[in-house]
Amino acid sequence: MEINKPKTLFEKVWTEHEVNHETSSSPAILYIDLHLIHEVTTPQAFSLLKNLNLSVRMPNLTIGTMDHSTPTVPVRSFKDIEIAGKSAANQVRTMMKNCEEFGIELFGFESKNRGIVHVIGPELGLTQPGKTIVCGDSHTSTHGAFGALAFGIGTTEVGHVLATQCLLQRKPKTLLIEVNGHLNKGVTAKDLILAIIGQIGVSGGTGYIMEFKGDAISNMDMEARLTICNMSIEAGAKSGMIAPDDTTYNYLYGRPRSPKGSDWDRALLRWKSLPSDSEATYDKKVSIDASKLTPMVTFGTNPGMVIGVNDSVPQKKNDKSFNKSLEYMQVLPGKLISDNEVDVVFIGSCTNSRINDLQQAAQILKGRKISKKVKMLVVPGSQKIKKEAEDLGLDKIFISAGAQWRESGCSMCLGMNGDTVSSGKLSVSTSNRNFEGRQGKGARTILASPLTAAASAIEGRVADPRKYL
Amino acid sequence: MKPLKFIESNTIALPTTDIDTDQIIPARFLTTTTREGLGDNLFHDWRYKDNGKKNPNFLLNQDSSKNCQILIAGDNFGCGSSREHAPWALMDYGFKAVISTKIADIFKSNSLKNGLLPIVVDEETLMDLLDNSGEKIIINVEKSEIQTSTKKIIKYTIDKFSKYCLTEGIDQLGYIQRHKNEIKKFEEIRTWTP
Ligand code: SF4
Repeated sequence: MEINKPKTLFEKVWTEHEVNHETSSSPAILYIDLHLIHEVTTPQAFSLLKNLNLSVRMPNLTIGTMDHSTPTVPVRSFKDIEIAGKSAANQVRTMMKNCEEFGIELFGFESKNRGIVHVIGPELGLTQPGKTIVCGDSHTSTHGAFGALAFGIGTTEVGHVLATQCLLQRKPKTLLIEVNGHLNKGVTAKDLILAIIGQIGVSGGTGYIMEFKGDAISNMDMEARLTICNMSIEAGAKSGMIAPDDTTYNYLYGRPRSPKGSDWDRALLRWKSLPSDSEATYDKKVSIDASKLTPMVTFGTNPGMVIGVNDSVPQKKNDKSFNKSLEYMQVLPGKLISDNEVDVVFIGSCTNSRINDLQQAAQILKGRKISKKVKMLVVPGSQKIKKEAEDLGLDKIFISAGAQWRESGCSMCLGMNGDTVSSGKLSVSTSNRNFEGRQGKGARTILASPLTAAASAIEGRVADPRKYL
Repeated sequence: MKPLKFIESNTIALPTTDIDTDQIIPARFLTTTTREGLGDNLFHDWRYKDNGKKNPNFLLNQDSSKNCQILIAGDNFGCGSSREHAPWALMDYGFKAVISTKIADIFKSNSLKNGLLPIVVDEETLMDLLDNSGEKIIINVEKSEIQTSTKKIIKYTIDKFSKYCLTEGIDQLGYIQRHKNEIKKFEEIRTWTP
């Protein structure tokens, strides 16, 4: 028996959830503890259930929110939802109907709990160590920051989980990313994960679950860890995971959906057994020295095309896709990335829209004005964060600097709700994807931390935030 | 899902690397609540100009590409979001297989659930297929073989279960449902409550 074989965090969570082991001819059946759903990737799954006359097996393990195609202006009536178009409004309506029909709790427009799906899970204490968590959204990897096994699935699989609470899965391989050394002032978790993707490439993690370890990770707060795991999918990984520790437990204690009383004690005991055994082995290992990093920005059209904020754009090479990417971005090889004038700044998305991110941006903008040429949107990740930020007076800092302060949602991260970057405009964004047209047709996106985004808004060009700290 | 045993078709090549799902089907077309009709917007921003007219230089708009069922793509195809709209759009357009040197995990899994065959080959084979794109090739799904236009036979590997589902047209939901009793037992004996 393999009982005494040292195990990684991932292997422990995986093994605990196998209803059936995998064999060479059939995948494992994996039990899912938490299924998060949103309006864009579920309508066809509910239709499948209806066609087959099936019910939702565990409505109490299913939670719905609306974030992708919802407006970020206040919603007083259905008219306001139609800002993003009739079909977006129809999607929202369908979501409400489906959740009601199948008995699923939905955080709708009137709910204080509504927000981006990957922001509200942790915030409410739904995201917990050792859980298997899925959602029809690739950035489900975010929840791995708590030591959960969390990954994105497609709509057909959403149907599988709704109907059976299970998924067919092949066991992925493990990749250890060890990050040691302190992050310097002005260098954040976002810069670190961009640097990691730059190092291993956008498909460097394909087929793997990443586990992030090392003192740079243990010194991070939960918000920073969420940013790291959020973007592990951008390196192609199925998910990212971080072992739970006191930071995790302190964050979860007392949250609305965290275990209470003796349930808490029991959960804690189980959570403490989850970190990888010291002798556990991984299929692959990568090491990073955090102390060498500077603020990072992207210069191309995938998140692996990364340089320091004070670096020059690389020269063209014998690679058509790379050169096409530079042309699309209209950045000049050999010239400083900071020479590029910025039209739009977006602070938001499940990568960087939590309270710490907003505080960091506000720290730079306090008492300053953004460039007149720049349109800036600050979109909190959830209604709770919005309220918290307003209680701290952050909204006033943003507004008096010249930025717009919005309701929560995905917004300009993918431009489905009408918040878009116009064709040809250059945006510095705290989101996670700089693909061609991601923020709107023809939009050019530079990914950066909230600090760098705020500094860039002030200068109207890509800027190093460290001089403002 | 219809059983998929043979694909015989000319190929289309999109040698660009890292073609992400936002290119395959941009987010603004995801506000549908059905899976039909997405093929019209497949590769939308490459296929159509700003004025809505077709871009004649883009391969999918050329006569030679009509009725092609096999797409040969650059490395790391299908990266990015989990939208199943990407394989739906490819299939709605008429594609039955995608061949590349690397195919992103979620895209691959989504494709297999809809009867779109993702094939991973080595670099040399991809170069060969790209060089001879437009020619007819035959994919024998049961044998996991590609017969190129020059009659070369190339073996590829695919997970046994996925192949079984494809060739038999098996619906995976039915497969999980057949394990209902095991799921129930699991729920009873696990030592924690989710
Ligand atoms: S914020 Fe962006 S990446 Fe996150 S869930 Fe929304 S659309 Fe996806």
